[in-house]
Amino acid sequence: MSISANEFIDITDVTCPITFVKTKVALEDMEDGQILEVHLNDGEPVQNVPRSLKDEGHKVLDLIKKSDGTYTLFVEKHDS
Amino acid sequence: MGENTMAIDYKELKKGGFMRQKQKDCFSMRLKSVGGHFTAAQLGTVQKVAEEFGEGYIHLTSRQGIEIPFIKAEDIGAVKKVLSDGGVSVGVCGPRVRTITACQGNAVCPSGLIDTVELAKEFDKRYGGRELPHKFKFGFTGCHNNCLKAEENDMGIKGGMLPSWNKDACIYCGVCEAACRDHAIQVDKEAKAVFLDKDKCVYCGRCVKSCPVDAWQGKSGFVISFGGLYGNRIAVGKTILPIVFEESKLYKIVEVALDFFEKNAKPGERFRSMLDRIGWEGFRKELEAVS
Repeated sequence: MSISANEFIDITDVTCPITFVKTKVALEDMEDGQILEVHLNDGEPVQNVPRSLKDEGHKVLDLIKKSDGTYTLFVEKHDS
Repeated sequence: MGENTMAIDYKELKKGGFMRQKQKDCFSMRLKSVGGHFTAAQLGTVQKVAEEFGEGYIHLTSRQGIEIPFIKAEDIGAVKKVLSDGGVSVGVCGPRVRTITACQGNAVCPSGLIDTVELAKEFDKRYGGRELPHKFKFGFTGCHNNCLKAEENDMGIKGGMLPSWNKDACIYCGVCEAACRDHAIQVDKEAKAVFLDKDKCVYCGRCVKSCPVDAWQGKSGFVISFGGLYGNRIAVGKTILPIVFEESKLYKIVEVALDFFEKNAKPGERFRSMLDRIGWEGFRKELEAVS
């Protein structure tokens, strides 16, 4: 699946809970249905951020593990 | 009657939650706490007692309790009256089922898998204060994050979730594989296959909670540990049973544990010490007979 995102955010430079806060703020500036690409670290961020996005009503589309051990997450904004 | 008959019955007071202080005729009064909840109205009563009969402060105990220090022996009757009028009960100490502790559980916490506070209340109704060879502590924690440290308790109950995967709903995004801390899940995006290693699964429910399309469904249950100690001796409670799903079965297990403790422990012997002394096998067999 190849997904083209409307916006990109890197949260590899922050730790929980700022990871989620940064992602949430990025989504707030977007339109319903638009796609955000998130670059995130293994461990706590990848274990928690997709789940928190689900809890907020957004739709996680895909998660891709990169060769450097970090991840790319695609999430579709849903106002709920 | 001479003055000696006025002697304070410390054992009786301790049973009723009055902890003797080093200061003469002063008691730190332990209040009843279940699942760590106090209402604002109860706190108002506590404030009143601390100000009128204590020294204007309270101590929060390590087991979610409140103690009001510096209650004078002669005020005990008056204090009990103010407390009971204000909806606050006195706690327990000594060789019996102690304060039943809980995290906030799934009524409040997004990670929670069981309603810890309601369970603590039900346990208190059934077992609170029951006399035993030594103290016995129950603790409830809603999930694997273990905020309430289940394994420190004589019997710890942790929320768990047995996951099952629905192929038709899955989009093979791989979030569950990344969310699983125990590497029990493998997602093959190319082959569109998902593999769950049941031996590695610890029933944390993270796959279910994180799955964006609810392809993982879970059945909530109780992961029970026995024989935790965190005082003079430190021992981690052991999980010797598979996850239990029915609440009715949980009560049967508790009754087996308490009866076994009553029957086999020497006075003043903790549950764990008894199990280590006589061996865990007999206990395990009795548990397996009801689970």
